[in-house]
Formats: sequence, structure tokens, C-alpha cells
Amino acid sequence: MADLKIRIGELEFKNPVTTASGTFGFGEEYTDFMDLDRIGGIFTKGTTIRHREGNAYPRMAETPSGMLNAVGLQNKGVDYFISSIYPRIKDYDTNIMVNVSGSTIEDYVATAEKVNELDKIPAIELNISCPNVKQGGMTFGVSCAGAAEVVRAVRKAYSKTLIVKLSPNVTDIASIAQAVEEEGADSVSLINTLLGMAIDAETRKPYLSTITGGLSGPCVKPVALRMVWQVAKAVKIPVIGLGGIMNAADAIEFFLAGATAIQIGTANFIDPAISVKVVEGINEYLDRHGCSSIYDIIGALEA
Amino acid sequence: MVVSANIPLGSNHFLLKFTHKEKLPEMLPGQFVQVRVDNAPGVFLRRPISVNFVDQQKNELWLLVQKVGEGTRKMSEYKAGEVVNMLLPLGNSFTMPKSAQSRLLLVGGGVGIAPLLYMGSLLKQQGCNPMFLLGARSADGLMQMDDFKQFGEVFITTEDGSAGEKGFVTQHSILQGHIDKIYTCGPTPMMQAVARFAQNNDIECEASLENKMACGFGACLCCVTQTQSGHKCVCSEGPVFNTKELSWQI
Repeated sequence: MADLKIRIGELEFKNPVTTASGTFGFGEEYTDFMDLDRIGGIFTKGTTIRHREGNAYPRMAETPSGMLNAVGLQNKGVDYFISSIYPRIKDYDTNIMVNVSGSTIEDYVATAEKVNELDKIPAIELNISCPNVKQGGMTFGVSCAGAAEVVRAVRKAYSKTLIVKLSPNVTDIASIAQAVEEEGADSVSLINTLLGMAIDAETRKPYLSTITGGLSGPCVKPVALRMVWQVAKAVKIPVIGLGGIMNAADAIEFFLAGATAIQIGTANFIDPAISVKVVEGINEYLDRHGCSSIYDIIGALEA
Repeated sequence: MVVSANIPLGSNHFLLKFTHKEKLPEMLPGQFVQVRVDNAPGVFLRRPISVNFVDQQKNELWLLVQKVGEGTRKMSEYKAGEVVNMLLPLGNSFTMPKSAQSRLLLVGGGVGIAPLLYMGSLLKQQGCNPMFLLGARSADGLMQMDDFKQFGEVFITTEDGSAGEKGFVTQHSILQGHIDKIYTCGPTPMMQAVARFAQNNDIECEASLENKMACGFGACLCCVTQTQSGHKCVCSEGPVFNTKELSWQI
């Protein structure tokens, strides 16, 4: 059995398989289906300084090989997370990382400061790429200056592992990754969802209450893979790859493109135990290819 | 789950019966399953389908399905012996009445009658005498009438008058009598009309909602409905809600 351990910044993961924010709740939603201790980590639902109701229904549309969502960061706020959710989840034997979202730099900083105090949360994922909120969210993530500004501010307030989640809705994702690396991010995760829309031709109406939403699922995988490959070449910090990973073979492709870890998102909806199966599949692949460590295949694309 | 029967009901609906080699988990009335529809290229997500009936003796689960899109059309082609992956049971349930003497009315429309059969069977088992008020566009849209009759008296409305009383369920004469509690499932406008009737007559009313879902177990937050206490997931905090809790403009 190969060694699956990886490091992101100061943080060690027992294996490189994690679950993507917004698709895995706070982990508890999945305990009927799988053993959370088997995966490397969990990225929580996006958490903001204050309670958010999210967008109006309908928030989801199925699309060819994927889905659009426009949930809009519905969550009960960081204080509720700390008082009510954290005590229930803190002792899972896996890295629980809070996805920190916000509308303003002050909000991001305030949320990060509060999460910094939680012993059992070793990292945050700074979400500067949510396409479903009117203010903040993606607006920070689509320019080098905006991304740098928010990361600089949060870096001062947050002392543990800082992962920045990047938007694919940009011209040059590698330069944004470099900008956040420059400001002290320990890692980047990519991609968040691609901005898309769906229309009901019969009623001439959009399927989503917000008209546009974020596209995820296997339909985005080629785009995600390309971006992970570009970013991994452009930065020294580890890259966490996500976007349409449905099985271990998909995950392997991301490692070959340069990802040090991966996140599984939309696939959790179809098979809630998929993340454990992906861990097993990666093991099987490494054995079959005579690899002793996951690091043997990270960035090992032969081109 | 293994398909044991696939019975067409008219041109637009079908009844699937499934068995399993192990004993099925306890399923509550109002709960649903998430069916993974394989070999249908346009179908990505699972399809949430309400539990129509559980035959404990035969260890059999029934799903009453309407052909809506590619997913349910593919399901209509299931053959006996086929193995189907599903997550079950999901969601909350209708709540049992406080007293077996309560006068209970189960109001269903279209394929929304599905969970009422199982609910009716359990009510009957517990010594209640449920009444069913079932609506359809016309007589050929009425399904499972003999099954419903096993568990209680059945009242019918059709929009064209081809069976039962003509009109909508909310116009049926049974509503003029005393009712303690209503359970309803069907098209949203119908459920809202039923909820309005219940509200005006101070009758407790539970409705089973059918919002578009991705996961089915409370992770994605896509299927929310607006309630007095904010957005709630229809999949994990529903599908059954007390209609007073819902922010319906009725």
C-alpha cells in the first residue's frame, strides 16, 4: 500500500481526498453513508460573519453532465457555527477546514479571526469565488488586485493554514494564483463553479431565480484540469484540484496535472460514499503503477 | 433493490415494485427514496420518488411514478429482475393523529396520491378510519382506486366530471362535514387551496412538498422552501410540513 499522506502548508493530511465546500454540509449529513475518518479532510459549507438566507427557490437546474446551483451562501453565520456545529464535528479524525466567505474585506477578516480561535480547525479556505452573491464573493476573485487585497488582510488575521479558492471565471487564473501566493496563501484550491445559465424554452423563463448560477459536475472537468495544470506550473505552493471529479480515475488526472490534493463536490450528491471509494481507487492505482507515494504522481504528466 | 414488477397505469404513470434480499429498513409515511437512473445520458442527478406503499410481508417497496422527463421515462422501462441503486429512506414523515377517533382526510391530486396510500394503510393499521379525497383531470387519471378502498372510504373529483363529483378537490361535498386533520400531497396550487380551506376552518393540515432536489439529504441546500423560520430543506426538514409553518400566500 502506497503512502497517501500529503502536506498543505503546515498541515498534514492522511490522504489527499477531501470534500468540496457546499456539497458536504458540515460532514454530519454524510455519517449515515460513510466513515468521515477515512478521508483526508472536509471543507465546510461557506460560512459568513452573519446569517444568510441565501437566494430564493428555485436554486438548482440539472444540465447535461452536471448541474447549476444558485444557493447563495445560505448559512447561519460563524457564531452559530462556533456555538452549535463546531462542538459536534470537532472530534472527527479528519481535517475540518472552514470555508470563509464574505461581502467585504472586513467580513472576511472578522470571520477568519473567529475561526482562528478554534483549536480543531487547522485551516480555512478563503472563498473569493462564489458566483451566486451580489456583493463580494467572486468580485474579489476576478482581479489580481482584488484577490491580493483580501488575502493580505486575512493573512494578517489568520495564523494557520490559509487556502484560497479561485474562480475559473477569469482570463488568466495563473496570475491570480501568483497574486495570492505573493500575499502569503499556503495553497490555492480550484476551480469554483463556472458561471452559467439555463432557460426553459417552453415558458421562456430562466430555471434559476437568480437567472445565472454556478455550473459543476463532470461537464466542467476538462476546464478544471486545464486550470489546475496552468496554476501548478505557475506557483510553488500546493494546488488543491477540484471540478467534476466523479471517481478515482478523474482524481488521478488532477494529480498528474499537478494537484497535491483533490476535492470531491457534486459527485457526493450522486454517491454519498464516493470520497471513500476514491481513496481506495487511488491506492489501487498507485499499487498497480508501482508507486510508493502519492507524490510519485503529482505533476507527473508526461507531455 | 431488485425490480419485481413494473405495471403501467394509463399512458403517463407506472407502478414499480421492488424487493431486496435483506429486510427493508422501516419506512415512514411521507418519506422518499433517491433513485439513481443508469444508462440515461441526459440524467445526472438521482430522482426523488415518494414511498407509495410498503408491503411488509412481501418485503416490497412500491413507487408510483409519473413520466415527466428522461429519468422517469427510463424508469418506466425497468424490467423485473433489474437491479436499481437507491438511497432510502429519506426525509421526515406525516405525523400520526392524536386519537384513533379523529376524522382524517387524505387529499391527493395526480401522482401526489402516492404517499397517501402508505399513510392510509398505516392509519388503518392503527385503528383509524381514514377518508381519501382524490382528484384527477378525468376518470382515466385515477389510479390505485382498489388499493385505496382497502384502507378507507374514497371520494373522487374530476375536472371534467367523468368520475365522482365534478370540479376540484376543494369543491367536494365531503369538506362540508367535520374534519380533524388533513394530509395532502399533489400539485402546489391544489395543496395551497387545501391549506387555505384548512386554515379557514381551523383544521390541522400537513402537506408533502416536491421541490427540485440535488442530494436529497440536506447537504446541497438546493430544494429549500420559505417557512416562518426561514429557508428549510424540503429533503431533510420535509418533505412534510405543517402548512401553518409554510410562508404560503393563502
